[in-house]
Amino acid sequence: MSERPTVTAEQIEALYTQLDREARANAYNLNPDVDFTKGLVEGLLVNEARYGYWACPCRLADGVREQDLDIICPCDYRDPDLDAYGACYCALYVSDAVRDGQQALQSIPERRPTEEQRAAAAAAAVSAPQPEAAHEEEFVGFTRSGIPVWRCKVCGYLCARPQPPLKCPICKADKDRFERFM
Amino acid sequence: MAEPKGHFSGEHAEHTVLLYALSTCIWCRKTRQLLEEAQVSFDYIYLDLLEGEERRAAEQEVRQWNPAKSFPTLVIDGAEAIVGFKPDAIREKLEL
Repeated sequence: MSERPTVTAEQIEALYTQLDREARANAYNLNPDVDFTKGLVEGLLVNEARYGYWACPCRLADGVREQDLDIICPCDYRDPDLDAYGACYCALYVSDAVRDGQQALQSIPERRPTEEQRAAAAAAAVSAPQPEAAHEEEFVGFTRSGIPVWRCKVCGYLCARPQPPLKCPICKADKDRFERFM
Repeated sequence: MAEPKGHFSGEHAEHTVLLYALSTCIWCRKTRQLLEEAQVSFDYIYLDLLEGEERRAAEQEVRQWNPAKSFPTLVIDGAEAIVGFKPDAIREKLEL
């Protein structure tokens, strides 16, 4: 069996405070049910200890970062789930309506594609023509300079530069959460 | 510290109840609390605490009930599954 790392109350408090501050600064809300939210923060710390990154506490992580990139918190599915259900899959993040008690919180369906769907999408991406090859003559503006445009899959931030930034300047997601946009 | 597999004995043992869960998931924790507070007998498996072949086998079991392989997945009488924390559905199926 896999030993579940233990985390201290101080660690939970520190990360909770950090996430709460960052959420408020970026117009997101942590779930106001503090016990619930601290339980999820504990899960993030456990996953950081056993995997090395904040794998979603409510999803079964593979343990290989490349396979889990889309479920590193904040996950790729947070914003669409906030739009559709007023909460992310875990309910770590909630909408203003849920925060203010105008909308009830409930367990929501899984939006993440299955393993087979993710593998098929990855294979299709590899075999698809590269954007610059397919559209070399069509694009003007950014790509005329030959500089690619990168998109942060967490928050949608776009930037034109040879490589994505080490961290998203908007949401602080890591470099490997970016995709080539054009 | 959660054990990867275990059994809770309650007064209500009319149904065979199996909870597939993650030790870090709060919706799973709520599901377990509901079952314990309602005194339902059930078995539980925390997949994130399993390794190797044992985990792969458990993942396959979950997928048979729930192709999304999401948690909690609560299997009742080996016949139907409730996916997610759905207190009303759980109480109805278990006649609580």
